[in-house]
Amino acid sequence: MGLPTQKWSKGEIIFWLVPIVAYFLFPRYLTLGSQIMIAALFALSLDLILGYARIISLGHAAFFGIGAYTAGLLAKYGWGEPISGLVLAACAAALVGLLTSFLVVRGEDLTRLMVTLGIGLMLFEVANKAAFITGGVDGLSGVEMRKIFGVFGFGLDGKTAYIYSLVVLFIVFIFARTLVRSPFGLSLRGVREGERRMPAIGVSVTRKLVVIYTISAGIAGIAGALLAQTTQFVGIDTLGVPRSADLMIMLILGGAGYLYGALVGAAVFMVLQDYLANLNPVYWQFWLGFLLVLIVLFARGGLMGGVLALRRRFMRRA
Amino acid sequence: MIGNFVGVVFDGVAYGSLLFVISIGLSVTMGLMNFVNLAHGAFAMVGGYAAVVMMTRFGVPFLATLPVAFVVSALVGAVLERLLYRRLYRASHLDQVLFSIGLVFMSIAGATYVFGSQQQPVQLPAFLRGQVHLLGLDLGSYRLFLIAIVIAITLILTWLVERTRFGAAIRASVDNQQASAGLGIDVYRVFSLTFALGSGLAGLGGGLGIDVLGLDPTFPLKYMVYFLLVVAVGGAGTIKGPLIAALILGVFDVAGKYYVPQIGSFVIYVVMVAMLLAFPRGVLGKRG
Repeated sequence: MGLPTQKWSKGEIIFWLVPIVAYFLFPRYLTLGSQIMIAALFALSLDLILGYARIISLGHAAFFGIGAYTAGLLAKYGWGEPISGLVLAACAAALVGLLTSFLVVRGEDLTRLMVTLGIGLMLFEVANKAAFITGGVDGLSGVEMRKIFGVFGFGLDGKTAYIYSLVVLFIVFIFARTLVRSPFGLSLRGVREGERRMPAIGVSVTRKLVVIYTISAGIAGIAGALLAQTTQFVGIDTLGVPRSADLMIMLILGGAGYLYGALVGAAVFMVLQDYLANLNPVYWQFWLGFLLVLIVLFARGGLMGGVLALRRRFMRRA
Repeated sequence: MIGNFVGVVFDGVAYGSLLFVISIGLSVTMGLMNFVNLAHGAFAMVGGYAAVVMMTRFGVPFLATLPVAFVVSALVGAVLERLLYRRLYRASHLDQVLFSIGLVFMSIAGATYVFGSQQQPVQLPAFLRGQVHLLGLDLGSYRLFLIAIVIAITLILTWLVERTRFGAAIRASVDNQQASAGLGIDVYRVFSLTFALGSGLAGLGGGLGIDVLGLDPTFPLKYMVYFLLVVAVGGAGTIKGPLIAALILGVFDVAGKYYVPQIGSFVIYVVMVAMLLAFPRGVLGKRG
């Protein structure tokens, strides 16, 4: 493998041209497009902790929801400027991430799973009971966004939302890409491969995990804030366990630990959902479960793992 | 006031007993195979639906449906263990979590398709309805019945695990799989049998629980946290640990919903996170 470099490969550049081309090719699907990008950003945040630090979380929607409610409430009470709203939402989610990270990094897989699940459920209950702030099960409406830079308003055609989401996704992706290829990212990989050995070479495992968990929470918060801003609504389902489970599926479908897997998985998942859930929501859930079982039994690397395996085989022959 | 408090504790204990019956199988799978099985509630749901079908389609009385619930769930468990679970004993916890979530989704969709999304009815026999006067207190007879069943199951299980040869094989496999295999214990057969037994008990609990927990297709997801909690807090691989954990959780959950209904199920999650932090390996856990 060798040490990672920060250079961008041709494949990556082509990959990022796809959403730009899609903008011109599918003008009727721009709303779905921005939903995909929000989901991709959210999956990216999970990939940082699951793919690179092997922290199993079933409660990542907690941070998504915090970001969404922060941005939504700010806009509802007069602070409708999108970019500062995004930053504040990221800070709020990261702060909660930092505070809860100390609970999460203790213990092993099962304990982590339960603690993240518990934190997620608690926040859901809080949002549910604090209906006078959050709107409870009815959701938070009356979110009014100002124009980005005072120029680009969020119109019904979804053009601004699409470009805004894409730009935010790309910026965060560059950050995540730089992060996982940095010495810090390498030491995270070390933690993933041998948690007991890292202290022996002088690495504080706990500190690394706290840092990455906080960053991941912040990114999840940005994704939530994007959803709140582009749809101008926050539903209580942003905090729900099903969202955390869906997120996990997107990442596993795409392949964890590649960053691009999160993006591809989110895109495939959202398109499939858009198509199949319209046919019948019950069948959709069945196929989702079936897909998971198949991936675990036969295709552990997800789509990215498959693509890379194909490429390796191709390269060997060539 | 005091009578009230005793009533709440009693309801909590009955509720906890039910959680124990359903979760004990999960404790065994986690302790024995180190398998994180989020789909355990699905086996309870299978038992619940088996009981309902027997009652409504074939007019079998409630008590007679319980053994059926046990057998059906145990069979389903045995088949799935042989076909699917066995392939993943050595897989990572993440793979096991994903696989079992997949099973949960499929079971929810399957149950919705066959039975519809509504709550299922249960017809309790007359002597289990109403209240019993005991020491000046009004106690629900069904809850007394639940507690009695759990005491019986606990005694049988303890006997099975501590006094029989099969139990010795289970304990040996939990302690050290390789050494047990080396001593001629067929570890995989022990796994299969205990998995079937655990699924059967979950099914029994599912049947018993229709009146208390309700039964609809979201059952495996709705109570997943509770079952996991019992095992995570109680520690995997024991009988006593999950029993204590289930009773604590049952009492706190009922008390929380009774005394501070405005914060609802918040209490139970706080208790859970606190207990997990205090005992990361469970109250009486052998392994983390």
